[in-house]
Amino acid sequence: MAAEQSRLSATHVLEYPYRRSVGPIMGRFLTGLRDRRISGVRTGDGSIVVPPLEYDPATGAPVTEFVDVGPLGVVTTWAWVTTPRAKHPLTQPFAWALIKLDGADTGLLHAVDAGSADTMKTGMRVKPRWRDERVGDIRDIVCFEPEGS
Amino acid sequence: MSESLKPVTAIKAPVHLEFSYTAGRASTRFLRGMAQGKILGQRCPECGKVYVPPRGSCTICAVPTDVEVEVTGKGTVTTFCIVRIPSDSLSIDPPFTCAHILLDGADLPFFALIQECPFDEVRMGMRVEAVWVPKEELGPTFESIKYFRPIDEPDASFESYKEHL
Repeated sequence: MAAEQSRLSATHVLEYPYRRSVGPIMGRFLTGLRDRRISGVRTGDGSIVVPPLEYDPATGAPVTEFVDVGPLGVVTTWAWVTTPRAKHPLTQPFAWALIKLDGADTGLLHAVDAGSADTMKTGMRVKPRWRDERVGDIRDIVCFEPEGS
Repeated sequence: MSESLKPVTAIKAPVHLEFSYTAGRASTRFLRGMAQGKILGQRCPECGKVYVPPRGSCTICAVPTDVEVEVTGKGTVTTFCIVRIPSDSLSIDPPFTCAHILLDGADLPFFALIQECPFDEVRMGMRVEAVWVPKEELGPTFESIKYFRPIDEPDASFESYKEHL
């Protein structure tokens, strides 16, 4: 095939530069992160939901009571990422995990920097690694790491 | 630290999609034509419609379109819209007009910017021609055509393009 016939190929980028308003409940959660505090909300049946929901999932009633949880927690389920992608929170292999923070009844999805998949265990204790420059974003927590590290 | 800072009310949440686009055989021919200042289409061997830009097949007859046809940069505005909302991703300031242009000899309109004409004087049936970038800037991209501008010809009749709206 002549060079003139070879197929053209190019990189395309499509980006929507959204800025989302977060509302008073999520806003309070994010503001807490800036102060190294993780907060959830108490629902009608007494359970603590983290990250907070604006409405009680069982009754639909607005939530009113904030409760601080963690900062340590337990991995309840996880998936190992062998080859992190450009937008992932860590450049080295890591786990996406649901972390039930102490005092919470639901799991928070975050990255766990465990070094290798062999270290990851359901039930392992983890603690947050905070970013130095915090702005009120879920990425104020760089990742979680094993409690003893 | 929190006392001096306002509560968080918003977050940046961009959607960023990065992908590699491979032009097929037909689009590659078209884009290479652009680099030479030519507009290349393909004719369907069954219904005779000329597709510009070509996609390699006729969606109506479901057959490959392998007959290459060169069309000129002259055409007719079939429909248009006036853009009044600014955006960081636009290289020109609104208001401006974009139009569907049916190139002479083609059966599929082409979406392009209209310039060298007040934005509110663009109309259906208006005759226009392509304005190319300087020869040394031609490349395998739609951007080889800078825009279309009006030409001194009477408007095309509605009958002549009503099948292409």
